[in-house]
Amino acid sequence: MEFVWLIFLPALAALFIPTLFRRVAGIHTGWFVLIIPVVLFVYYSTYLPLTASGEHAVSSFDWIPSLGISFVSYLDGLSLLFTLLITGIGALVVLYSIFYLDRHKEKLGNFYVYLLLFMTAMLGVVQSDNVISLYLFWELTSISSFLLIGYWYTRDGSRFGALKSMMITVGGGLMMLGGFVILGILGDTYSIRELISGLSDYSGDPLFTLAAVLLLFGAFTKSAQFPFYIWLPDAMEAPTPVSAYLHSATMVKAGLYLVARFTPIFAESSVWIWLVSGIGLLTLMWGSFFAVKQTDLKGILAFSTVSQLGLIMSLLGAGAIAYHSDAALFRLAMFAAIFHLVNHAVFKGSLFMIAGIVDHETGTRDIRKLGGLMSVMPISFTVAFIGGLSMAGIPPFGGFLSKELFLESMVALKHFELFNFDTWGILFPVIAWVASVFTFVYSFYFVFKTFTGEKKFDKLPLKPHEAPIGMLISPIILAVSVIALFFIPNVVGKWLVAPAVMAAQPQLYSMPSEAAVHVQAWHGFGSVPMWLTVGVIAIGTILFTSIKKWQPVYGLQPEMLSLNALYDGVMTFSEKGMNKLSRFYMNGLIRTYLLYMFAFFSVMTIVVLFAKGAFELDMSSLSPITLFAVLNSIVAILGTGMVIMSKNRISAIIALGAVGYSVALFFVLFKAPDLALTQLVIETISVALFLLAFRHLPALKTHGETKKNKLVNGIIAGGVGLSVTLVALSAHSNKLVASISQFYKDTVHTEAGGGNIVNVILVDYRGFDTLFEIAVLSIAGIAVLGMIRLRLARKETDDEKK
Amino acid sequence: MKKNNVILQTTAKVTFFIISLFSIHIFFAGHFAPGGGFVGGLLTTGAIVLLLLAFDLETVQATLPFNFTVVIGIGLLLSLGTAAGSILFNVPFFTHAFAHFDLPLFGDTELHTAMIFDSGVYLVVVGAAITIIQSIGGDE
Repeated sequence: MEFVWLIFLPALAALFIPTLFRRVAGIHTGWFVLIIPVVLFVYYSTYLPLTASGEHAVSSFDWIPSLGISFVSYLDGLSLLFTLLITGIGALVVLYSIFYLDRHKEKLGNFYVYLLLFMTAMLGVVQSDNVISLYLFWELTSISSFLLIGYWYTRDGSRFGALKSMMITVGGGLMMLGGFVILGILGDTYSIRELISGLSDYSGDPLFTLAAVLLLFGAFTKSAQFPFYIWLPDAMEAPTPVSAYLHSATMVKAGLYLVARFTPIFAESSVWIWLVSGIGLLTLMWGSFFAVKQTDLKGILAFSTVSQLGLIMSLLGAGAIAYHSDAALFRLAMFAAIFHLVNHAVFKGSLFMIAGIVDHETGTRDIRKLGGLMSVMPISFTVAFIGGLSMAGIPPFGGFLSKELFLESMVALKHFELFNFDTWGILFPVIAWVASVFTFVYSFYFVFKTFTGEKKFDKLPLKPHEAPIGMLISPIILAVSVIALFFIPNVVGKWLVAPAVMAAQPQLYSMPSEAAVHVQAWHGFGSVPMWLTVGVIAIGTILFTSIKKWQPVYGLQPEMLSLNALYDGVMTFSEKGMNKLSRFYMNGLIRTYLLYMFAFFSVMTIVVLFAKGAFELDMSSLSPITLFAVLNSIVAILGTGMVIMSKNRISAIIALGAVGYSVALFFVLFKAPDLALTQLVIETISVALFLLAFRHLPALKTHGETKKNKLVNGIIAGGVGLSVTLVALSAHSNKLVASISQFYKDTVHTEAGGGNIVNVILVDYRGFDTLFEIAVLSIAGIAVLGMIRLRLARKETDDEKK
Repeated sequence: MKKNNVILQTTAKVTFFIISLFSIHIFFAGHFAPGGGFVGGLLTTGAIVLLLLAFDLETVQATLPFNFTVVIGIGLLLSLGTAAGSILFNVPFFTHAFAHFDLPLFGDTELHTAMIFDSGVYLVVVGAAITIIQSIGGDE
């Protein structure tokens, strides 16, 4: 079977959800939805032996073959790892949501449609080999996550958070598209595999670095790196299953995926390595520091996610150095990155679910009100304890192993001399260590402030009790996985991590087994990371116990100077400031708008005509001017003059009619009976219409025209006349191609079976034109009807009010 | 408007039919001589406008009890349907067909799918124009 279609399976299933939701009200819709990720997870798992042997599977179908755009599903170690995370954690999240979202109160139809749409989008992102379809799915994740975050759309916070996340991620995505297009032009292909294999041809191009930076904008906005992280805390307005899914396992990791996927291409560029590792480390530090400031449980987790994503990002940057240095440590960094990514998805997923459980069972997520929940929620506490300690990097949990690898890589960066890492390089291990201390602190803050300490149950909105077992299944599975990751890291390394590392560093290895690092929990007393960890635990414990004393530090940062204030400022400016700006020239007078249009039209026409040297006067083929034409012109000119001069509306209307008839006469004179006929009828009807509406028109009055704006009007009118005349003259004189009329004369009988060329053109040769024209006409008719009816309706309600 | 303009009203009644007949002639002639759906539709509109001038809006609406917005819809469907119909015969969208038929009374006649398309244009023109005129004229 062509497995590329499986990407679309969730979206197809989403089509049936609204019906299921309405028809089968007795069963929670989630049970039906659950089938899809489970089936996909099982199916994709069968590819594990394939990728573990270093092979890959490809399946594709064409989308726009003429532009080289197609849907290519490319399953190698990296995409399979992400696919399994998406479907596996997806299944757990759906299971959790069945108990979290009430089937009577919530709009489950909407929820699961968005969730399935999101699943398709994520699968598409990680499996696409074609960058254009990757971009398509990328933006689809932004849109579907917008819908998910704004799921409780009646709340202001949800709408604000959804919009913020979409603004930032879509903006980054657009930049990324620019990077893709540059890459596509440089490498002459949109396929990532072909881009990698053709790398040496274009990596020296000056645009290459630009493409790298543009691509990073996409990755950084999606993965909430500094300074784009500000959307992630606001996205916590989403229902908790969504947070657990989007913000632990999938969407935010798309940026990491992108960086890993493009590492084989951009590792050439020092800018890429600097940006990825530097921004990553900065984000790690920033996120971990500000996590302790938060009072909302999900807020802490949001900042912790930001920080952990930074950690993985910095490791990916360090891993890219492996292209320039032989040191095994940099190969290790990539392994550490992927390994921590797995760890993070697992423990953060469980922690988000616990935060949701606490919220669900106590009615609040405010850590200042919580405390002492351990006695009533022992299972939740155990899960939170396991997840939290894994996050803090303490044995015997999975997070410890990857944290060790991380510290080891950062220490190694100090010694790396390429790209001047030796001077600033010392900062890397220092920042990494400090950030690890704060990671330790916020992990403890999250777990112990909530579950231990003084019991303040009377302040809680609900009486706390343990969550229903169904809601606990998913977090328990994840918690068990956290422990399993500690005891069998090398199994995971062999089947999941090493194939993914090989995909990110393909030219370094021929087999995944070469990329596998033997992960050990104990390195002996001589190992630097071990002592760093000891330091983290020691300092972290001191900081955690004295948290009350130093937490006021956060109050020092003025709210005005934060990035959020910047975002709000930009948003306010783009709404209010731009509104003001448009009001400046959009003054509501149709006269002014016509002025702009005509002035622009005549200036542009005349300038282009002469700048391009297009004006030409050829008198040789002009026909003689007849007496009728002269007389008719005089009538037309006099009529026009009368329209302008008349002080009386009815004489102006009649004069306008006269001008129209004289134009019709011109058509007769120059042998265009069709046009003449139409023009005559139109003139008749429009004069009649004027007369019909005449009673309702207000008295003709001057609109305060001064001599000055009369002059401006005169100049613009003259300019329009001049430009049309010039265009007409040069159109007559420039005959670059033979007239098409001969073609019509020849074919009108044989091809269209008609005799009147004009009509045949209308209905046959240019039938599309006519079809759309009558569509426009219909819209105009219905619009007029609507406008007038609406006005009538409004008048009636106004009258009723009186 | 004057309530009882006998001369105008009497003339209008007769002229209405003459113009209508002429518009139908123009419409059918369209493929070989000046005319077609667009002009034909406009002429019919003109005939109705003449009635509107001679009588008042209510009388005309009572005499011609069509919902002209529906006429727009029928016209659009007819045109789009003609264009789309060609897909059924596995030829590109908008492929017209024509052939000669020996019809009783008319003799040798060329029938053309473009004519159906054109009648859609005709209906849309009449429908849209009258809708606009009725809604503007009816706005008191």
